[in-house]
Amino acid sequence: MRRTPKETAESATRITRRALMLGGAQLAFASVLGLRMRHLQVDQADEFRLLAEENRVNIRLIPPSRGRIFDRNGTIIADNEPTYRITVTREDAGDVEQVIARLGQLVELDGDDLNRALTEMKRTPPFIPVAVADRVAWEDISRVAVNAPALPGVTTEVGLSRVYPHAETFAHVAGYVGPVSERDLARYEDPPPLLRIPRFQVGKVGVESKFEEMLRGEPGTKRVEVNAVGRVMRELDRREGEPGADIQLTIDGGLQDYIKARLGPESASAVVMDLEKGDLLAIASSPSFDPNKFVRGISVPDFAGYRDNDHRPLASKTVQDAYPPGSTFKMVTALAALEAGVITPDETVWCPGHMEIGTRRFHCWKRVGHGHMNLEESLRESCDVYYYDLALKVGIERIAEMGRRLGLGVAHDIEMSAVTAGLMPDKDWKRRERGQEWRIGDSVNASIGQGFVLTSPLQLAVMTARIATGRSIEPRLVKTINGVETPTRGGADLGLSPGHLKRIHRAMYAVSNDRRGTAYRSRILAEDMRMAGKTGTAQVLNRVVRNEDVPWEERDHALFVDFAPWDAPRIAVSIVVEHGGGGSAAAAPIGRDITLQALYGGTPPLDAYPAADRSRIEALQERLERERQEREAQARSRA
Amino acid sequence: MSYLEYNVKTVPSGWRKALHLNWPLVLLLTAVAGVGFLMLYSVAGGSFSPWAEPQMKRFALGLAVMFIVAMVPIWFWRSMSLVAYLGALFLLVLVEFFGTIGMGAQRWIDLGFMRLQPSELMKITLVMFLAAYYDWLPLNKTSRPLWVLLPVLIILLPTALVLTQPDLGTAILLVTGGGLLMFLAGVHWAYFGTVIAAGAGGIWLVFESRGTDWQLLKDYQFRRIDTFLDPSSDPLGAGYHITQAKIAMGSGGWTGRGFMQGTQSRLNFLPEKHTDFIFNTLAEEFGFIGGFSLLLLYVLVLVFCIVSALQNRDRFSSLLILGIGLTFFLYFAVNMSMVMGLAPVVGVPLPMVSYGGSAMLVLMVAFGLVQSAHIHRPR
Repeated sequence: MRRTPKETAESATRITRRALMLGGAQLAFASVLGLRMRHLQVDQADEFRLLAEENRVNIRLIPPSRGRIFDRNGTIIADNEPTYRITVTREDAGDVEQVIARLGQLVELDGDDLNRALTEMKRTPPFIPVAVADRVAWEDISRVAVNAPALPGVTTEVGLSRVYPHAETFAHVAGYVGPVSERDLARYEDPPPLLRIPRFQVGKVGVESKFEEMLRGEPGTKRVEVNAVGRVMRELDRREGEPGADIQLTIDGGLQDYIKARLGPESASAVVMDLEKGDLLAIASSPSFDPNKFVRGISVPDFAGYRDNDHRPLASKTVQDAYPPGSTFKMVTALAALEAGVITPDETVWCPGHMEIGTRRFHCWKRVGHGHMNLEESLRESCDVYYYDLALKVGIERIAEMGRRLGLGVAHDIEMSAVTAGLMPDKDWKRRERGQEWRIGDSVNASIGQGFVLTSPLQLAVMTARIATGRSIEPRLVKTINGVETPTRGGADLGLSPGHLKRIHRAMYAVSNDRRGTAYRSRILAEDMRMAGKTGTAQVLNRVVRNEDVPWEERDHALFVDFAPWDAPRIAVSIVVEHGGGGSAAAAPIGRDITLQALYGGTPPLDAYPAADRSRIEALQERLERERQEREAQARSRA
Repeated sequence: MSYLEYNVKTVPSGWRKALHLNWPLVLLLTAVAGVGFLMLYSVAGGSFSPWAEPQMKRFALGLAVMFIVAMVPIWFWRSMSLVAYLGALFLLVLVEFFGTIGMGAQRWIDLGFMRLQPSELMKITLVMFLAAYYDWLPLNKTSRPLWVLLPVLIILLPTALVLTQPDLGTAILLVTGGGLLMFLAGVHWAYFGTVIAAGAGGIWLVFESRGTDWQLLKDYQFRRIDTFLDPSSDPLGAGYHITQAKIAMGSGGWTGRGFMQGTQSRLNFLPEKHTDFIFNTLAEEFGFIGGFSLLLLYVLVLVFCIVSALQNRDRFSSLLILGIGLTFFLYFAVNMSMVMGLAPVVGVPLPMVSYGGSAMLVLMVAFGLVQSAHIHRPR
C-alpha cells in the first residue's frame, strides 16, 4: 500500500518514540547486568575465590610407615614389607574382560577377589584404579611389567604391610595389626582421618595395640588438584609425615624362640625375668598362632581352627590366665609366718598325712605323712600339713598381705593385652564378692595355693624375683622407644628380713639340689649355675585319682618356679603346664632347661645336666636345633 | 507496495553496495565471534578441536551468507516474509514428527552437515513477518482489536509448537520478542497493560497448578524455578550448576585468573561450559574487565542497530532492524541473567559466542537483513 509522505513521517515519529523508549529500557537492563557482574566479581570476589579453591584442592593423606618392633638384641619382630598389588583402570583398559583374561594367564587371580573388583569397578568412576590382586609375588609383578604393552590399564602398586618374620614366636607379646574395624573407630571420639584410608592397619592386641599411637606415626599430606568428578589432575605440594617410633622389647629373641620350641605342643606358658631391672627376657604361651594371618583380616576357617583348639592358641596365658599356684605359693605362707614371728625356721610340725580341723580332714599329698618337718624340710618335700599349721597360726590376712607384697593379686603394668590381677583372697574379698564369711578351711586351702588363690605365670615370676632379691621388682617389657631407654620401676627394698629370705632360699635350693627335693631330678650340675626352685601341682578337680586315668582337661596343672644362680640370682623363671600332671615331673624339667638356656645365653654344655638326663637332653637339643634351622629357612623364604 | 517509497536511483547498485555496508557493525560482530573463538579454544584445554575450529568455519560461512543476504534488496526480503514464516512454521511441525531427540526435547532436524533448529529460524522469520504485517497495515488500524488479535495469533502459533518440544527458553524469546515488536509498531499501551496483568495472574496460576493433575509446567521446569529461587537447597543436584557458575564468575575478580587458567571451567566444575555457560569461563579467566567488555560489545551492536533503524525511513526496514536488535538483546540478556543467577536456567545460548551452528547462522542471516535494510534504505 502506498503511503503518503505524511503517513510516512507519522510512522517514523511513532517508531522513533517507541524505539527510544525500548532502547532506554534495554540499556537500563544492560546496566543491571553490568552491576550484577560487578557485584559478583568485585564485591564478592574473595568469597568466590575461596570457594573455587575448596572445589579444586583436595588434601590427601600419605600414610606414615609404622614403627618396627625389635627384641633386646635388635632382632626384628615386626617389620614392614613392601606388598605389591595389581590394579586395573577401567578407562585405560578398554575391554576390561579381555585384559583381565590376559592377566589371568600371567598370574593366578583369585576368583573372589576378581568378582569383588569387577563389582567395585561398576560403582567407581572409570579413572579410579581397582585392585584385582593383592599381595602379589615379586616374580608375578615383574612378569606383568614385562608384558605391560599387552595389558593396557594394568598397573602395579607398592604399599607397606606388616609382617612378623618369626611368625608364632612373638605372637602373644607383639600382638598383631589388622584392618581398621568399626570397633577401632569407636575407640576414638573423633577418629584420626588416617584410619579412614582403605586397607590401613592398626594394632589389635599386644604391644601393637598398646603403642598404637606411637607406632602409627604422623601422616603426611599432599594437596592435589582434582576436577569435578574427582580425578587428580596434579599434585600441588606435599608435606612428609613422621614415621612411627621403633620399639625395642626386653625380650631375648633367642630365648623366646627356644622356649617356644621347648614347650612344644603342650598348653603351657613360661616367663623369664632378669633380676637386675625386671626385664622380661621371655614371656611365651604355647601353642601359639601366626599373627601374619591376621594382618589382612583372618579367614573364617583359620580363625575357627584357632578358636576351637582346646589348647587355646590365641590366649596369652602368661598374663591373661590365672591358675591356682599350688605349692609354689608355700613360700608366701612361710614368709608371712616368719615375718609375723609366729614360727621360727627350725620349729617342727608333725605331719601324720592329714590334719583335722573341726569336722573336716585335710590331707597331705603324702598319705602316709612326712613325720617331723621344719621349714626347709617342709618346702623341700612340699609337706602340706606344715602349711595348714602355719595358716592356723598366721591367718589369711597376713598371708594375703604378703602375697600382695610379692606381687600376687595385682595387675602388673606391662604392655600386653588383658593383663589379669589374679586373685589374692582375704576376708573382705569373700564378704564382698561371695557374701559369705571367711572360714578356717579357706585359709587352710589358701596356705598351699589352692582354694580361691589365682595367679598368672607372670605374677609367679614376679613373686620368685622378689623372693630372690628381696626387692620389689616390677616387670618391664619395653626396653627403648626410638632409642630412648624406658625407665625401670620398682626395685625398692621390700623390708623382709634377710635372714628369713636366706632360709627360704636355702629351702628352695634343697628342692632342686637335695636328694629328697621334689625337683632333684631336674637339678643343675654346673657349680655356679645351681638353681633354687619350687614345684607345684594345682588340682583342677578335687578328687583322688591318678592323672593318667582322667581325660586331659581334668588333669592337674603342673607348675614350677625358680631363680638362679641360687646364691647370686640373675634370673627368675615360672612355668605352668596346663593339665600337665605333677609339677616335679611335667614342669620342673622344662624350668631347668629354660633356666640353663637363659643363664648360658645359648645352648648350655651337656655336663651342666645330671648324667642320667644327658642322652635325652642331647637328642632334645639336636631336635630343637634342627627345628630352629627349619624355621629360619622359612623366615628367609618369607622375607 | 511501499517499495515505491524508495528512490531507486539513490540506492547503490552492483558492487558499490559493499561500500555502503554498515562496516562498524560487521567489525563488532566479528569481535564478538572472536571472543567466542578464544573461549572455545580455552575450554577445550588450549585446542581448536572440538569446538573452536567448527565455530570459526561456521562464522566464515555465516559472514558469506550475511553478505549475500545484504546484497539482495530489502524489498525482496519483505515480499518473502510470509513464505519464510510459513516455511519455518512447517519445519516446526516437521520436527514434531521427525526431529531428533536431544536433551529431552525434540529440537532439531539432522541435515547431515548441520543440525537445523527450526525454532531458531522462527525467531527471525517471526520478526520479519510481523514487520511486514505492520508495514502493510494502515497506521490507523494498528490498535484495532481485530488487527491486534491477528499478530497475537501469529506469535502464539509457533510459540505453542516450540513449547511442546519443550523449549521454554525459545518460547519466552518468541513471545517477548513478538510482543515488543508490536509495542514498537505502535499498538496501544492498554493492551500491554492488560497482558502484563494477565501474565502476573498466569504466573500465579502456574504456581497454583503445581502438584495438581492440570499442572502447566513439567516437573523439571518447576525444579529449575526452585533451584533458581534457592540454589543452596540442592547444592549437589540442579542447584549445583547455578552455584558453580557463580563461583566461576566471582573467582575471576577484577582481572581474571588468566587465559586458560580458570580452574572452574578447566576442571569441569562449570557445566555446559562451551554452550550456555561460556560467559562464566570468560568472566573467570578475564575477570570483570573481560565480562564487561563483552557486555559493552553487545550493547554497541544494539546501539548500532537502533541508530540504523532510526535513520531508516522505511517502516518495514525500521521495524525489522529494531526487531532483530531486540532478538539479539533478548538472547544475551536472558543468557547473562541466567548464568549470573538473576533468572532460572532456561537454556538460551550466548549469541555469537556459545558453540552452536543454527543459532549463529540464523543470527548472521538476520544481520544480513539488517545490512540489506541499511544499504537499500530510502535516501
